[in-house]
Amino acid sequence: MTTMNMIEAINSGLDNMMARDDDVVIMGEDVGYFGGVFRATAGLQEKHGKTRCFDTPISECGIIGVAVGMAAYGMRPVPEIQFADYIYPGLDQLVSEAARLRYRSAAEFTSAITVRSPFGGGIFGGQTHSQSPESMFTHVCGLKTVIPSTPYDAKGLLISAIEDNDPVMFFEPKRIYNGPFTGYYDKPVEPWSKFESSEVPEDYYKIPIGKANIVREGEAVTVLAYGTMVHVANAVVEEHGVDAEVIDLRTLVPLDIETIEASVKKTGRCLIIHEATRTSGFGAELSALVQERCFYHLEAPIERVTGFDTPYPHSLEWAYFPGPVRIGEALEKIVGELTS
Amino acid sequence: MADDNSKTNLPPLSLHVPEPKYRPGDTVDYSDVDIPSAGDQPRPDVSSDPAIMREMVYDMVRVLDEDYKAVGPWDPKLSDDTLLKMLKTMAQVRAFDDRLHRMQRQGKTSFYMKSTGEEATSVAAAMALHSDDMCFPSYRQQGILFVRGYPMVDMINQIFSNREDKLKGRQLPIMYCSRRLGFFSISGNLATQYPQAVGWAMASAAKGDTRIAATWCGEGSTAEGDFHSAMTFATVYNAPIIMNVVNNQWAISSFSGFAGGERTTFAARAAGYGIAGLRVDGNDPLAVYAATQWAAERARTNNGPTLIEHFTYRAEAHSTSDDPSAYRSAQEREEWPLGDPITRLKRHLIHRGVWSKEQHEALDKDCIEAVKVATKEAEKNGILGHGLHQPFETMFQDVFEEMPWHLKEQSEQANKEREIKWPDAEASR
Ligand SMILES: Cc1ncc(C[n+]2csc(CCOP(=O)(O)OP(=O)(O)O)c2C)c(N)n1
Ligand SMILES: [Mg+2]
Repeated sequence: MTTMNMIEAINSGLDNMMARDDDVVIMGEDVGYFGGVFRATAGLQEKHGKTRCFDTPISECGIIGVAVGMAAYGMRPVPEIQFADYIYPGLDQLVSEAARLRYRSAAEFTSAITVRSPFGGGIFGGQTHSQSPESMFTHVCGLKTVIPSTPYDAKGLLISAIEDNDPVMFFEPKRIYNGPFTGYYDKPVEPWSKFESSEVPEDYYKIPIGKANIVREGEAVTVLAYGTMVHVANAVVEEHGVDAEVIDLRTLVPLDIETIEASVKKTGRCLIIHEATRTSGFGAELSALVQERCFYHLEAPIERVTGFDTPYPHSLEWAYFPGPVRIGEALEKIVGELTS
Repeated sequence: MADDNSKTNLPPLSLHVPEPKYRPGDTVDYSDVDIPSAGDQPRPDVSSDPAIMREMVYDMVRVLDEDYKAVGPWDPKLSDDTLLKMLKTMAQVRAFDDRLHRMQRQGKTSFYMKSTGEEATSVAAAMALHSDDMCFPSYRQQGILFVRGYPMVDMINQIFSNREDKLKGRQLPIMYCSRRLGFFSISGNLATQYPQAVGWAMASAAKGDTRIAATWCGEGSTAEGDFHSAMTFATVYNAPIIMNVVNNQWAISSFSGFAGGERTTFAARAAGYGIAGLRVDGNDPLAVYAATQWAAERARTNNGPTLIEHFTYRAEAHSTSDDPSAYRSAQEREEWPLGDPITRLKRHLIHRGVWSKEQHEALDKDCIEAVKVATKEAEKNGILGHGLHQPFETMFQDVFEEMPWHLKEQSEQANKEREIKWPDAEASR
C-alpha cells in the first residue's frame, strides 16, 4: 500500500494497465512529454514509450474518432479530453459512433475505449473549466459512465473501465484530485494522505463497474451522490446529525439499482445530490427510478439538490455550487417530514 | 487484390509521433530555420488569383531588415505618428500583461494570459483594419482592445470579476467582450470563433455592408474541425474575412508539429481551399500591418478571404496555470531568430530619427505608471477574493431573454442561501 492522491492513483492505474496490456495506449492534448495539465499521465511516456502515450493535435473530434479506429483494430485506447468542457467537438464520434458501433455491426466491431476527462467546478475555472456534462452521456445508449470519489476507487474503477469492452466515459472530479472537499470554500483543503481511501495498492486491482458503495449506513434517509458531492453530502449529514445512508453511485450507467432500491425501501426517503445543472440532470433519472420502484415505501417526496440551471459562473461560483446550505435545507426538509 | 506471396517479407509499419527539437536544458540552434531576407517578397495585386500566390505560403513577408530599415514592396510607408502609436500601444500591452500576471500571482484573481512577444499580431493587425471592422479574437489578442481604446480599468474590472465588471463576473479573466468596439465575446472553447467570423462576414456581404471581419486563433487550434469548416465556408461564399493564425510555436506543452507544422506551413492550408494565403514575420509590426492591409483591401473589394500565418514565438508561459520550463528549452526565447516586435519597432523609429533610447525608457515608465493607476482604480471595485461581488440574481439573468419560472425559483433560492450564509457580506448589498 502506498498513499496516493487521486491523480497519483489514476496514474498508477494507467501504468499497471500499460504494463499488462500492449494494446493500452494513452492519447490526448499535452498528455505525452508534459504528462497532462493535471499530471495524470506524468512519466508514462518516458516509461512506456512514445507510441504508447502521446500528445495529439487539438481536435477532440480527432482524438475520439482516432480512438474508435484504434479500438476497431483491436487496441484499447484511453483518450484524455483535457477538460470535460472541451468534449463537445468529439460528441458526434461518441454519440453516433463509439456508442453504437457494437449495435450496428452486430458486434463485429466494438469500441473498447475509456475516455478520461476532468469535470466539475470549485476551482474558479469559469464556464469552460467547471461543467458537469455527465447526463449528456448517460442519455446516450451504449456508453457507460463512471465517476470515482476517492483515490482507491479511482484506480480500481479505471482499471475496470479500461478492461471493459464497451466505451466508458470516466469523469474525474478535479476539485478532489488533491483532497476531499466538504463544500466550505473558505476552509483549507485537507490532503488525501489524511484519509484511509488514499491507501492504494501499487498493483493491479479492480472495482467493478455497476456497483455502488454505501459510504455511510443509516436509517433516516438515503442520500444519492457521486464524485465531489459524496464528500459534501457526508459532511452535511454529519453536521446536521442526521442518520442518513449515503450512497456513492460510482457508476451512473449501468446503475446499481439494487443497492439504491434496498436503501430507499429501508429509509423511506431519498435525497439526490449532484453538481450538474438540474433540468434533465442525472437526478431526474434517479428520481424517476426511485419513484417507480419504491413508491409505496416513500414517506416524503424525493428531493433533488443540484447546481442551478445557468452556465457555470466565474465569480459567483460559491453562490452557484450546491453547498452545505442548499443541501442542509433539503436534508432538514426531508427528515422533517418524519414527524409530521 | 494486391496481396502477393511475399507478404512475410514486408517491413513492419511504424508510428510517427512528432518530437520538438529542443527540450529543457537543450542548447538551441536556429541556424537551420529559413528566414528569407526582408524586402525580397513580391506584393501581388489584391485581386490576384490565389493560384498565382502559392509560393507566398512558404515564403515570409518581412519589411524590417537587419538594420531596422523598412524595405521592399510590402513597406506600408506609415507616418511617424502611426508608427509611434503602434509602438506605444505595444509597450502598453506588455506593461499591462506584466502587471496583471503579477496580480494573479499575488492572489488577486484566478487566471491570466500574457501576449508577450506576440503584441504585433494583434496591435499592428488591428491598426490596419477600419475601426468598425468586426474582430473575432482568441484569448491572446488583448492588443486589439488597446488599439480600439477600451479603458484599462474596464479590462482590470473584468480580470478581477469585481462589481464593476461589465460581464457581471460571468467570464474567466481576460475573456473580454465589447460590442461597441467590434470585439466579439471570447470563448474558452478553441476555434469556435472561426466559423462565426465567417458567418459575420457573410452577413455583411449579404446585406451589402462595407465592413469586413477578422478572426484569430493559435496554430494549435487549427487542428479543430471549426477551423476547417470556416475555411470551407469562407472559400465557398468568398467571404470578406481575414483569418489570422498566430503561430507562436507552442500550444501549451505541444509544439507546432502536433498541428501539422512538421510537414508544411500553416499559411499553406490556404492553398488547399483556394484561398489567398500569406505567411508573415509576426515579430515585424510593419509586415503584420502590411499583410493585414493587403487582406483587408482584398476583402473590401469583393476579392474574398485571406489566411495569414503570423510566424512568432510565445515568449512566456501559456497562462498562469503552467510552467514552460517543464517542457521547452529556456534558450528558445533568447535565440528566437525574429527578435522581439517592440524592440524591432523601437530600433526602426530610432533609425528614422524620431525616437530615442531615453524616450523609450520614459515610455516604459509611463506605461507602467498608467497600469498602476488603472489597477488602483479597479481595485476600489474589489478583487476576485471570495467572488461574491454581484447580486445573486444576476446569475440567472441573460440565460434567456425572459426568465422562466424555474430560474425565478432558483434565483429566490440563491438569495435565501445568501442571507443564511453571508448575512453581512459585501455580497448582500
Ligand atoms: C476545444 C478546446 N480544447 C482544448 C482546450 C484547452 N486549451 C486551451 S488553450 C490550448 C492550447 C492552444 O494553443 P494555440 O491554439 O497554439 O494557441 P496559443 O495558446 O498558443 O495562443 C488548449 C489545448 C480548449 N480551450 N478548447
Ligand atoms: Mg500556439
